[in-house]
Amino acid sequence: MLIFEHTQPGRRAHAQAPIDAPGAPDLPAELLRQLPPLLPQASELDVVRHYTRLSQKNFSIDTQFYPLGSCTMKYNPRACNTLAMLPQLLARHPLADAETGQGFLVCLHELQEMLKEITGMAAVSMAPMAGAHGEFAGVAMIRAYHDARGDSARREIIVPDAAHGTNPATASMCGYTVREIPTDRQGNVDLNALKASVGPHTAGLMLTNPSTLGVFEKSIVAIQKIVHEAGGLSYYDGANLNAILGRVRPGDMGFDVIHMNLHKTFSTPHGGGGPGAGPVGVSERLRPFLPIPYVLEDRGAYRWAEEDDCPRSIGRMSAFGGNMGVLLRAWVYARMLGGRGMRRVAEFATLNANYLAAELRRSGFDLAFPERRASHEFIVTLKKLKDATGVSAMDFAKRLLDYGFHAPTTYFPMLVPECLLIEPSETESRETLDAFVAAMVQVLEEARMQPEMVKGAPHTLPVRRLDDVKAARELNLTWKPG
Amino acid sequence: MPFIPHTQADVAAMLERIGAPSLDALFDEIPAELACGELAGVPRALSEMAVTRLMQGRAAQDGYYSSFLGAGAYEHHIPAAVWQIVTRGEFYSAYTPYQAEASQGTLQVLYEYQTMMASLTGLDVSNASLYDGASALAEAVLMAVRANKSGSRVVLMPATVHPRYRAVVEATVKNQGIELLAVPYDPATGVTDLAALESLGAAAALVIPQPNFFGALEPVDTLCDWAHARATLAIAVVNPLALALLKPPGLWGAKGCDICVGEGQPLGVPLSSGGPYFGFMTARQALVRQMPGRIVGGTVDLDGRPGYALTLQAREQHIRRSKATSNICTNQGLLVTAATIHMALLGPEGLKNVALASHANTRALVDKLVSLAGVLRVFAGPFFHEAVIRVNTPVAEVLRALRAQGILGGYALGGDYPELADCILVCATETKTEDDLDAYRQQLERILGRRHGRDPSVPPCAYK
Repeated sequence: MLIFEHTQPGRRAHAQAPIDAPGAPDLPAELLRQLPPLLPQASELDVVRHYTRLSQKNFSIDTQFYPLGSCTMKYNPRACNTLAMLPQLLARHPLADAETGQGFLVCLHELQEMLKEITGMAAVSMAPMAGAHGEFAGVAMIRAYHDARGDSARREIIVPDAAHGTNPATASMCGYTVREIPTDRQGNVDLNALKASVGPHTAGLMLTNPSTLGVFEKSIVAIQKIVHEAGGLSYYDGANLNAILGRVRPGDMGFDVIHMNLHKTFSTPHGGGGPGAGPVGVSERLRPFLPIPYVLEDRGAYRWAEEDDCPRSIGRMSAFGGNMGVLLRAWVYARMLGGRGMRRVAEFATLNANYLAAELRRSGFDLAFPERRASHEFIVTLKKLKDATGVSAMDFAKRLLDYGFHAPTTYFPMLVPECLLIEPSETESRETLDAFVAAMVQVLEEARMQPEMVKGAPHTLPVRRLDDVKAARELNLTWKPG
Repeated sequence: MPFIPHTQADVAAMLERIGAPSLDALFDEIPAELACGELAGVPRALSEMAVTRLMQGRAAQDGYYSSFLGAGAYEHHIPAAVWQIVTRGEFYSAYTPYQAEASQGTLQVLYEYQTMMASLTGLDVSNASLYDGASALAEAVLMAVRANKSGSRVVLMPATVHPRYRAVVEATVKNQGIELLAVPYDPATGVTDLAALESLGAAAALVIPQPNFFGALEPVDTLCDWAHARATLAIAVVNPLALALLKPPGLWGAKGCDICVGEGQPLGVPLSSGGPYFGFMTARQALVRQMPGRIVGGTVDLDGRPGYALTLQAREQHIRRSKATSNICTNQGLLVTAATIHMALLGPEGLKNVALASHANTRALVDKLVSLAGVLRVFAGPFFHEAVIRVNTPVAEVLRALRAQGILGGYALGGDYPELADCILVCATETKTEDDLDAYRQQLERILGRRHGRDPSVPPCAYK
C-alpha cells in the first residue's frame, strides 16, 4: 500500500504546520498555484506506521551481514550519528560567519589533517559529496594542471578494464577520451599494454588499488612511474582504502591525487544510496587547483578558503561546501579509532577476507585468483556451476537473501564470468563468517539438486524476483490516482 | 579494539585455517618498502564517553543564533518523527537498492518521493535525487545540451540565479565546451531583464529561477514562452516549498518548462552548516532517457505482485561507463527519505501554510525594518519569503553588531553583486515569532542610531 492510498480528504497532522495561515494578497494571481499537489492527507500515526513498516522491508547492516564487494559495508557506529546530530550543529546556517562555527570547523580541520596523514598527500579538500564527485574533482584538477602549463594535447585518460564505471564516466565528464588497458592473468595491470598506451596524448591514469579484483597491484610504483615519465599524472581511486589503512599510503607511492569514500572506509552510513563524502588529497603540484571550500587555520582561528584564497581552484562542487554531517560522522569515527585503530581496520578486514576465501575454497568454491593473497575482498566464480546446472550468479545471490544474508556484488568486475565479489569487512565476527559459509554451501547443494527452485529465488522476502524488463519497457515512475 | 569483535583465540584459529603465520603475513604481496609505520598525525583513540564530551563542548561553543539568513538554505520546523524514522537502522545502514527484493522499503519510499516531486513541480518524471541544488542545476544544463537537437552549447544564465549555483555549473560544464552567457537583471525590479535577454537570442537552454536569488518573482510565463519560441529548452530552478503556493513549473507559459531542479533542503532537512542536502530533478516524459541519476519504477514479481526496482539503468555509469548520462553513483537517498516523510506529514495544506506563514513573516520583517530611518527596500515588485534591503551603514559592520547580540541579520550581497554592496538579503521563515522580528528591528535601530548619533538614549546592548 502506498502512502497516497492512506489519504482521507481533510485529514492532516495538525501539530506539524500552522493551522491557519495568513493570505498572500501581495502575490499576483497569475503566479499562484491553482490545484494542490498530490501529497498524502494522513494523520501523524498513519505516516509513522507506514514508513516504519516500509523500513522493515529492507536489508541493512544493522539487521543483516552485507558482504558486498567494493562497498565496505561495515558497522556504522551509533555515536557518530548521535554526535553529528547535536542540536547546535543541526541548527547552524551554512552562510553564518565562521566565528559562529569554530567548534564545528575545528572538527573539520582535524579530519582534513587526519586524511592528509592517512593518505600521505600534501593537501586535502573535503568539498566533493561522493566518490564519483571526488573523481570528478581529481580529473578536473589533472586537466587544470595540464591546461595551466599550456600542455593541451593531453586528451586521454587511461583506465584498466577492471575499473569501476565511474572512472570512465568521470573522464568523459571532464572532456577526456578513455583508453582501456587489459588486466593480466594474475589480476595485475598489463604493464606492456600500459607502456604501449602512454605518450604525449596521456593526461593521466586512474587506478584502483587494491584493484576491484581484490588484489594489491604488485607493480604499483612502476605503473605510476611509467605514467609520470610520459608526462601524465596518476590518480589513485581510494574506493578500497579500507584494505591499506595505516599500512601504506598513496602519497608515498608517488600518486598525484586520490579520492576517499568516507561512506566506505570511515563508516558513515550508506543511507539506502547516500549521502556519501568523497574528499580528495593531492600532491604539492596539484595543491593550487583543489576544489573549494576547505578549512584554513590561522593562529587557532578557523575559516573556509574561498575564491579569493585560491584563484586557480577548479571551483565549487556544491552551493554550501559539502556534506558536513557526513564529515562530522567520519570525524567521530576517526577519533574513536585513533591511529592504531585505523591500522587494525586494514588488518582485520584482510584477515576476514582471507579466512572467508580459504573456507569457501575448502568448501568447493572456485576463487578467481586462487594463487593470490586476498586484500579486503576476493572473487568467487560460479562459471562451472552455471555451465552444469544453469544456475547463474544472480540466481545464487537471490537465494542467499532467503538465508538472511545480503548478496555479494554480482557481475562486477565484468571480466570474471558469473562472479561474486565478496567483502566481509572487519566488523564481522568469525561466527557470522562461518554462518555465511554454511549458507553458501547449502545454496551450492540446492543449485545442484533443485536448480529450478534456486532460479525462482527469493522465496521468503516481501516480493519474489522482480521483472526488470517490464520496469524498463512499461515505465511506471509515479503513482496516479485510480 | 573499537568495533572489531575478534578475540585472540579467533585470530589464532583463523590464521591457522588460512595457513598464515601472522596478521602481517597477510600483507606479503605489498612491497615492504612502502610500509608507512605509525600514523603519528592521528590522535590516540577516544572512548565514546570522551568523544561525546569533546563534541558536546564544541557544539555548545557554537551555540544558537536567531537567524534571518536564507540565500538558498532555510530554517523550517521539522517534525520529530521525520529523523526518528530516517535514522532507523533499516533505512540508515542500508545500501543502494540494487538487490530490489531486499530493498523494497527504500525503493517504495523513492517511488513515493518521485510521485510527490513530479506533482509538486507539475512535470511527468522525477529521478531519485542528486547531490544538492547547485549540482542538480549543473546536471540539468548538461542534460539540456544533450537533449536540444540544435547542437547549441550555449546556455543562458540569469544573474538572478544563486551565485553559488552559477559557480558550480561553471566548474562542472567548462571542460565540455559549454558556454554560459550571463543575463543581467533590471535594477528597478530585481528580475531578469527581458530586453537584454532578447539581445542574446536562442541557446540550448534558458535557466529560470523562481523565486530568484533576491526573493523576487520572475515573469516565468513570459520567460518560458520566450525560450520555447526560439527552440531553447526552459530549465526551472525553484524552491520546492514555494511550489505549495506558486504555479508549478510544468504549467509555466503555454507549454511548461522542460526540466525542473532545485534544493530539497526546505523539505525536512536540517541546516547543518550546509549539508548533506539533496538536489531534485523532474522533467517531461520525453526527456527521461537523458536524465542523470537513479530512477525507480513500478513492476511486478514472479507471482504478479506489485514491487519496485531501479530502472533505465542503461543510462548509468555502471552499465554505460564512458557513455553514461553522468558519472553519479552515490546520491542523497537518506535525505530523500526525510523529505518524503516530511511531505507526507505536512500534506498539501500544511506545506502551503508553512509557505504562507514564512512569507507573512518576511513581509512583516521588511515592513518593520524599512520603517527605520536609513533602511530601504531595494526592488519593487512581488517577492516570496526573502527580500533585499539597503542600509546606510557599512553592511559588514551592521551584521557584526547584530551577531554580537545573537542575531544573524542576513546575507551581505556585495561579494557577489558589487552594485549591491550596501544591501542585505533577509528572510524570516515560519519559525520566527513577532518578538524575534521586533528584536531584529530594535537592534538594527540601535546600531544605525549609534552610528549616526541620532539617538544616544538607546541602550548599547539590549540582549545577550
